[in-house]
Amino acid sequence: MANATLEAGAARTTDHRPPRDPLRAPWRAYVPMWLLGAPALVLFAALVLAPLAMTLVLTFYRFDPSVGPIAAFQFGNYVNVLSSPYYQTIFLRTFGIAAITTALCVAIGAPEAYVLSKMRDPWRSSCLLVILAPLLVSVVVRAFGWSMLLGTAGIVNQAFAAIGLGPYKLEYTTFAIVIALVHVMLPFMVIPVWTALQKLDPQTEQAALSLMASPATTLRRIVLPQVMPGVLSGSLMVFGLSASAFAIPGLLGGRRLKVAATAVYDQFLGSLNWPLGATIALLLLAANLIIMLTYYRMLERRYGRSMG
Amino acid sequence: MSFLTLADVSKSFGHLHAVADLNLSVEKGEFVSLLGPSGCGKTTTLQMIAGFVETTSGRIVLDGRDITNTKPNQRGLGIVFQSYALFPHMTVAQNVRFGLEMRRIGKAESDARVREALSLVHLDTLADRFPRELSGGQRQRVALARAIVIAPPVLLLDEPMSNLDAKLREEMQFELRAIQRRIGTTTIMVTHDQSEALSISDRVVVMEAGRITQVDTPYRAYERPENRFVSQFIGKANLFSGTVVSTDDARIHVDLGADRIEVGRGPHLLPGNVPSVGDAVTVCIRPEKVRLDAAGGGRLPATVTSRFFLGSQWLYRVDCQLGEVLICCQNEGDEPVDEGETVGIDWKSEAVRFVARDARHG
Repeated sequence: MANATLEAGAARTTDHRPPRDPLRAPWRAYVPMWLLGAPALVLFAALVLAPLAMTLVLTFYRFDPSVGPIAAFQFGNYVNVLSSPYYQTIFLRTFGIAAITTALCVAIGAPEAYVLSKMRDPWRSSCLLVILAPLLVSVVVRAFGWSMLLGTAGIVNQAFAAIGLGPYKLEYTTFAIVIALVHVMLPFMVIPVWTALQKLDPQTEQAALSLMASPATTLRRIVLPQVMPGVLSGSLMVFGLSASAFAIPGLLGGRRLKVAATAVYDQFLGSLNWPLGATIALLLLAANLIIMLTYYRMLERRYGRSMG
Repeated sequence: MSFLTLADVSKSFGHLHAVADLNLSVEKGEFVSLLGPSGCGKTTTLQMIAGFVETTSGRIVLDGRDITNTKPNQRGLGIVFQSYALFPHMTVAQNVRFGLEMRRIGKAESDARVREALSLVHLDTLADRFPRELSGGQRQRVALARAIVIAPPVLLLDEPMSNLDAKLREEMQFELRAIQRRIGTTTIMVTHDQSEALSISDRVVVMEAGRITQVDTPYRAYERPENRFVSQFIGKANLFSGTVVSTDDARIHVDLGADRIEVGRGPHLLPGNVPSVGDAVTVCIRPEKVRLDAAGGGRLPATVTSRFFLGSQWLYRVDCQLGEVLICCQNEGDEPVDEGETVGIDWKSEAVRFVARDARHG
């Protein structure tokens, strides 16, 4: 023991380099990591960060219908969008649709995932395939499918006619957009909830029952809180994707029922007002981020400590 | 009438008979262990008492009430699960309180009972922690507190110690027994650990292949194993097969082929259990009842083939006329016997037991 201390002391006197943090690996150790990450980094920088920066710059440009975008630094576009009742309606509609879609996906997807988790294998795989099916079909085909169903002479209205009702205007409504969005967004809710259910200890349900909780109470008090992290990540995905959805609102909302994404499209390719289009796009991104982060924080605070 | 009775209880999964015609009576306040290797049906039996597994036939009667077809959430039994099954999204106190909430017990009373249960398992200071912030032993205590706070008629423990390390397990065994004595709850524990079953239960129920092989106090199950399986499952045993050649007032002589062995008529030889001349029998000698004499002498000479140091004891394997014999000696600080040395072995004839009623022994 004494010897070792002496030797350590000697080593210290001959070694004049500053002491290094022993937990920190030398820079060389990180080179392979950077090399492995490089392709993704390059792709991300070139295809996401650069266009995003260019879009941001574009929002400050001035637009002249006879000349096109003029380089400038002013906030006129932001003022225009934020003060115009037309765009306010569009933003409200966009987030309204996203919120309703998310709520419906939770209401349909969470019980669906629970049923799925209780199934045994041949049935479970086939049901999972059915849930994933909308993702395998092209968005255009799916949208036209819904049009055929919901059109004035569509199957739904024919059914209504048979019992002496209608016809109702179903196509080109918010209802049509929501129903088609729910259809395609459902897997994004079912999969994370299902994953959360996989991690759930089935004995906790038995424990609740043994403590005289009814099956309904067990579901509400024991199972649901434990799958909340799954519901949370599912809702974030569904909300984000629905708020920025373009094809479905474009095809099923028609020309008049605009959402933010289709409004951006109109500005870029219809009016050729790129600065305004870029402004709407960035405002959509910012609003989406704020809503999602607030939601995440709220639930994180509620479940963070217990569920990790 | 016993407090809890299982009458001819069976459970089949298709062609597999997990539990067959099981009869068991448990008295009020008793601590009973269901002991057996995995797959012997002990957990299925517990699950049937809990109500999570339906019986195929038979009746379960608790305190005069037939609960065979009662739903698990109407039985009101306290259960400690193998995985503890704590509610991860609730604090320790909320976990313990849950059962009282379901029984609609007022806030003041539940507060007091939760506090009492937590202090019983020494967790008063951790009431506001979440399960994931606790160690394995602490989680187990929470599970126990959650099960006993409802003052259940029967406490069911499903391998409660299997996820604890050896030292902690021993501590918890003592504590579990102490708590059970204090609150006096009838307790049924499932375990595959024979030392756990022996040390804390009033009675052990040894199970094999869906059937009960022996129900006895731990001491008697160890000293009077009824068959080969029990003798080998509870403790270690030296078993020899042979034929009874003669009997007299003091002992029964058994021919083992290579040698003869006498079985003394001691307090553990029950009158009904004495075989007659010509019977094929299996006899058993416990390793700690064989004496090893380094200087030689005794009944038989033997050669030490291997030895294991267990701290308080030495475990020797020796070769003798009867074949391999396992000997367990107290470590009394003397020099141990080396491998390869020739020694003498000896035993009292009263220490030899019949485990004759073994169906597999022809």
